Amino acid sequence: MRSTPELDARAGLTKLAGYPYQIATWVDDTGYPVSVAVEAVVDPTTGTATFAAPVGLVVPDDRDVSLTGTHIRPQPGYGYDERRHVTVWGRAAVGEHAVTLTGRSAWGWDEAEVPFFEYSERSLPQSRKYFDALSAERGTPVKPRLSFGFLTLRTTRLPFLTATIVPVVLGILIAASHGSFDLVAAALTIIGASFVQLGLNVANDVFDTVQGADDANVTPTQFSGGSRVIQYGLVTLRQMATLATVFYVLAGVIGLVLLATHGSPALLVIGVVGFIVSLGYTAPPLKFVYRGLGEIAVALGFGPLMLLGAYVVQTGGALAWEPFVASIPVALLVALILYVNEIPDRRGDARVGKRTLPVRFSQTAVITGYRVVAAAAFVAVVVGVVAGILPVPTLLMLLTIPLALQVSRGLEPNYDNPYGLMAVMGTNVQLHLRAGLLLLAGYVVVLILGAVAPGLDLFVG
Amino acid sequence: MATIPAPVAELLERALVAELTVVDAAGRPVTYPLIPLYDGEHVYMTSSTLFSRKLEHIDANPRVSVSITDPVAVDGRLDRATIQGDARVIAEDPHGGWERLLPIWEAKEPSIVLFLKARVALPLFFERALIEITPRRVLYWADGQAQTAPAVTVIGEEAA
Repeated sequence: MRSTPELDARAGLTKLAGYPYQIATWVDDTGYPVSVAVEAVVDPTTGTATFAAPVGLVVPDDRDVSLTGTHIRPQPGYGYDERRHVTVWGRAAVGEHAVTLTGRSAWGWDEAEVPFFEYSERSLPQSRKYFDALSAERGTPVKPRLSFGFLTLRTTRLPFLTATIVPVVLGILIAASHGSFDLVAAALTIIGASFVQLGLNVANDVFDTVQGADDANVTPTQFSGGSRVIQYGLVTLRQMATLATVFYVLAGVIGLVLLATHGSPALLVIGVVGFIVSLGYTAPPLKFVYRGLGEIAVALGFGPLMLLGAYVVQTGGALAWEPFVASIPVALLVALILYVNEIPDRRGDARVGKRTLPVRFSQTAVITGYRVVAAAAFVAVVVGVVAGILPVPTLLMLLTIPLALQVSRGLEPNYDNPYGLMAVMGTNVQLHLRAGLLLLAGYVVVLILGAVAPGLDLFVG
Repeated sequence: MATIPAPVAELLERALVAELTVVDAAGRPVTYPLIPLYDGEHVYMTSSTLFSRKLEHIDANPRVSVSITDPVAVDGRLDRATIQGDARVIAEDPHGGWERLLPIWEAKEPSIVLFLKARVALPLFFERALIEITPRRVLYWADGQAQTAPAVTVIGEEAA
């Protein structure tokens, strides 16, 4: 099967009629293909294309002849764009002056209809077939490769660690503002929490592959559709499962060290719940993301659990409302990363029963949902400040409202265009990161003012 | 001994795209637009493993043709050519073996080196085989019109 759909002859001829000339091709009596540019009169209604018999060449009537149209737009100094081509095959009736081809089948690609990245993803089976054949021919496995650095980056989705670092550092800073700070414990918390996320990222690929979701997705982007390293044959499923296990074990070891040195019942509960939420995100039997609960799991894991976990490590188990309230905007914005990233995946997800929110709800409902939750993230900070729970400098986070508006405005026009949505998804990731950094900045201000002006009250009321 | 006629060599060197036609198992011609890379002796094209069906056809039947027909792809030149030849798939190192042709490729598509630096984004696109075509016969239309008989040059023989 081709990676793009076969066209019927009429559809192929309709496309062919749009080209300024056509290339007539057949296999000559010596067995070589021969091509000549012609200007055909294409009539899709009769299923034929007629062109003047080329001089000096004999068009055969006992074998297939094809007519091909191709287009490319050169971009000097860069390359090209607007690639498209179509070929129609059929038998030719050859007269003295004219040749009439009756179309029988057709094939083509137009990157305006099937973007290049999607075309490539649809072609994965052909690449696997190629490497399998090469391996069989050589008697040794031949696989696609990436440099170690690129492979690590791709496999672990390292850049997304900001989702962990923001809440954990925020929890540490809030604890510091309450007078509790242990540098070694802080470092171990950041490293351990990062291992949890790396384990989650890799396990997510394992379980999405086992359950067919990543294979069904032909429109992945840099923000969605998984790392694709298994689909691309760069890493095996077993290697990924091993890697996920290693990350979770490392996280577990650090967790045990923290329990032993800074342990408390609260930390134990947070650690256990965090592990269950992380693994259960895609793993059976919980499969939160398959049940439309992915956003809640992500919000819980990368919001209160990370932030409160980091906080109680520093305070020796003491809990407070402030870190919980501070975790709410972080939780909501990180959940919105997943929520928006699920939009381009929704068709593939639906095919394998991954019932995410964008699969379940209409475009209007999904976009409205985004607006409500994004607004709630900002309202949470304002309410927290007005209630005297969060310090006034955390209002710095409101500076990211324009980014939220930018995402909100970008969703509707790009909802059905995965590649157009990439910029929107990128802005959405930036929204979470910058909002988080501004909350951190707010607490840095609190710490600095606490040091230089100890009596200054930064809370309302 | 005849070689590729000078105007056809110029077309090959200039063309941003040419049409490679291979013969499938049913004896049917299958045409793919690809960038032609000419080193003065062979015509080279490269194919990602993603789009490697053409390589299967070549392995089964090495007789191919390369046509240059699009005036837009050759800076407005109106002449056209078809080169018939024997193709060989070079697949020793799909990861980097094709990179020896990168300088010729870059001359036609400068952005390819930028894409290659970011191969992490689309790794399989840069797992590629080389197609080496040894020209056997060249058909050349100086005016680009099928209503004029092409000048035929058989490589290795005197021009017809």
